Amino acid sequence: MMMNSLGGDRQRGRRLCHSLLLGLLLLCAALATTASAAVNETQARALLQALDTRSFQAKGEAAQAIADSQATQKTRWLQALLDGRLGKERRGEQFYIVTDDSGREWPLIDAITFADAGSGSRRTVDIFKINNALRTQLQGMIASLSLAEGDERARLAAADRLIGEVSADNVESVRASREQEESQAVRARLGVALALYAAQQGDAGALDTLAGNLDTRVRNSLTTLAAGDGELAAQAQRVLDGIERKRAWYDRAQTLFFGLSAGSILVLAAIGLAITFGVMGVINMAHGELIMIGAYTTWLIQQALPGQPGLALLLAIPGGFLVAGAFGVLIERTVIRFLKGRPLETLLATFGLSLILQQLVRTLFSPLNRRVASPDWLQGAWQINDALSLTLNRLGVLGFCLLVFAALWALMRYTRLGLEVRAVTQNRAMARAMGVRAARVDMLTFGLGAGVAGLAGVALSQLTNVGPNLGQGYIVDSFLVVVFGGVGNLWGTLVAGMSLGVINQVLQPWVGAVLAKIIVLVGVILFIQKRPQGIFAPKGRVS
Amino acid sequence: MSHSSLDPNRDRSRQAFLSRATLITSALLIGGMLLVLVLHALPASNPLYVSSATVALLGKYFTYMLLALAVDLIWGYLGILSLGHGAFFALGGYAMGLYLNAQGASLSGWQGLMASFPLAALAVVLAPGILALSFGWLAFRSRVTGVYFSIITQAMTFALMLAFNRNEMGMGGSTGLTRFSELLGFRLAADGMTVALFVASGSAVLLAFWLCRAIVVSRLGRVAVATRDAEARVRFLGYRVEHVKLSLFVVSAMIAGIAGALYVPQVGIINPSTFAPLFSIEVVVWVALGGRATLFGALLGALVVNYLKTVLTGAMPDAWLFLLGGLFVVVTMALPRGIAGVLAWRGRQEGAT
Repeated sequence: MMMNSLGGDRQRGRRLCHSLLLGLLLLCAALATTASAAVNETQARALLQALDTRSFQAKGEAAQAIADSQATQKTRWLQALLDGRLGKERRGEQFYIVTDDSGREWPLIDAITFADAGSGSRRTVDIFKINNALRTQLQGMIASLSLAEGDERARLAAADRLIGEVSADNVESVRASREQEESQAVRARLGVALALYAAQQGDAGALDTLAGNLDTRVRNSLTTLAAGDGELAAQAQRVLDGIERKRAWYDRAQTLFFGLSAGSILVLAAIGLAITFGVMGVINMAHGELIMIGAYTTWLIQQALPGQPGLALLLAIPGGFLVAGAFGVLIERTVIRFLKGRPLETLLATFGLSLILQQLVRTLFSPLNRRVASPDWLQGAWQINDALSLTLNRLGVLGFCLLVFAALWALMRYTRLGLEVRAVTQNRAMARAMGVRAARVDMLTFGLGAGVAGLAGVALSQLTNVGPNLGQGYIVDSFLVVVFGGVGNLWGTLVAGMSLGVINQVLQPWVGAVLAKIIVLVGVILFIQKRPQGIFAPKGRVS
Repeated sequence: MSHSSLDPNRDRSRQAFLSRATLITSALLIGGMLLVLVLHALPASNPLYVSSATVALLGKYFTYMLLALAVDLIWGYLGILSLGHGAFFALGGYAMGLYLNAQGASLSGWQGLMASFPLAALAVVLAPGILALSFGWLAFRSRVTGVYFSIITQAMTFALMLAFNRNEMGMGGSTGLTRFSELLGFRLAADGMTVALFVASGSAVLLAFWLCRAIVVSRLGRVAVATRDAEARVRFLGYRVEHVKLSLFVVSAMIAGIAGALYVPQVGIINPSTFAPLFSIEVVVWVALGGRATLFGALLGALVVNYLKTVLTGAMPDAWLFLLGGLFVVVTMALPRGIAGVLAWRGRQEGAT
């Protein structure tokens, strides 16, 4: 019984296989027949043969003939011609498309049937050469062809290519495509291309369509138009001014974004310091080195998981926190605990630790900078429009900073540890009298602050290379943020870090990076004169 | 802020200018200088001969000792920890560097003015002095103390380092000022010049030591120590604490400037790395190792640490930062009063028996 049913199954499966194969074959045959229904092989051969000439003008005419023909392969031919991959057999009559010209031996396919045609090389295949004029012409042709066929994405790209490329030759076909087009976005883009052409032909009314367009090609064409004189030039200048104003706004948005992302690194670096300084009144000069340890942890995890930068980065978030936190607890237990009430000595001792940690990393991992790879989802940019694009790694760091901040805030607000930390920050003696184990709070706070520094290192590894001196520059900056925002105040640290980042970015184009940094330093020093308690002074009496 | 590490008995209301430690230190300084001069005068074949290079090295140590003295004056006796004294040292050094650069070159504008030695000498003390005055006035007026002050001084020297790295400053950018040829009309490379600079540096240390000692035993010094130990109380007694702090801070900055000015012709270069926070904080560890609030301790610490640095950076460059970092930790935790504290303790032990 069992055998029987098994055998039946097998047979049914085989029959299914056969029918599938048959179907596929039929489909192929159908495709092949439709392809050859448009132009037969002789006609196709004739079209390609016309390209085999030395005159670029004749080649252009031949390409136009191909574009106007009924051949289904025409887009691919023109694309191959544009890419310099269409060629003819040197001692024969076959036309080939080179699929990969990186090596010495090229894999070939037949240009007419697209069937595999073995391989060839520079010596056996003559590639059809093109010049710049022909290249522009071909791009226009391919764009119009893709407009006629292809899916929406291809049509959008084609319409985009047409901006500034519309000429007397193809204006009619572009207009026709626009009439037939269903997609709004493609229609709008074609409208811009046509309006630009109309404006170039002297139609001032068409300029209205271009108002507020951020495309660089539109801007360049308008600049050329505005350089002339007459009504058209004045109108073009008006539209251009509008575009420039709009661009300026997007530039400001871009600066703001860069400032916020730089500020989020500052916040991540400073927030750990803010907590420890608030609770214990000591400056941990090794804080920057804890950032460096976080970054090196990321690098190490990535070395252990080759080819999986995304997973490594996600693992590095708890990893960096734990490793740096462990170092923090170690520092607190072995050094800082014994220097209670002597903040200046603590500062010196932790500075010594920072030197030791730096040299340790230099000895263990070499003094060279290491590159930490970014996962795919943190590479590239989010292109909002032609004037504004946000790089994903900076966007990621900004989001990460806000997440860490939210987590810390919740920790301080809703947990027992947070309550004790706030109590010790406000009044250590009273908190102890009420039964808070201040020594334990110190240790945990220090570990927490160090762990957050480790997280800052993980974030930083996505922006710069990792080296032994990575954290060195952050101690002064972080301290300024802490002082600016008010000691032991999370919101103050957030606002101060973000504003310092933005101020720095705003100043940079005017005065240069170094002077901007100096101005910020001096500004904060002067600010402390006026408001020693920081932006958000704690209300009431806090000892 | 409590200073449990410091012996309250040391701050007796009345102290003579010439204490035993002052006499011994002065004698050692003068004797050491004379000894080096005598040994240098020996023929080169003699095993005790001290070469010109060593004399120059010792001269450099003298300038470091001067800088340590400046830091100790305000940290030891006033309780303000400056992590930016390298800035004053470097400013003095740049003033001297500009003077040396202007020799034999016709420079226009304010750089041309630096060709005159009296003006340059004035700039050596005035540039750090004015910076210390304005910075200190801002900081002390708004009662910036403790770690806040330390970090702000660090930020100051960091900002100056960035500024002097810029070529637009006209200070040679990141290369700094170098290729000096002559000083006061004499060739810098000459052997006599090395000896003269050595003697000048040694004398400067001696004079600054006496000056600091005079300040420390004066009324001003006693108010300073009181400020260090109980600032609020001194303020309530009617003293203008800001003025005390400001005056000592400016004097200290000027001593640091002179140290820098003496340092530059002996080393032959001044560049923005002198402004680096690491250098300033290193100075603090010299003082801490030697013994804070003892002037001879600062001198001793500068000598010991720098000698170690010279030896170690040559023999085991990697080990130097480990040692320096370790020194910071060990001195603050185990030797809060430095070598001077150990010496004083042994002195008491002997006195007791």
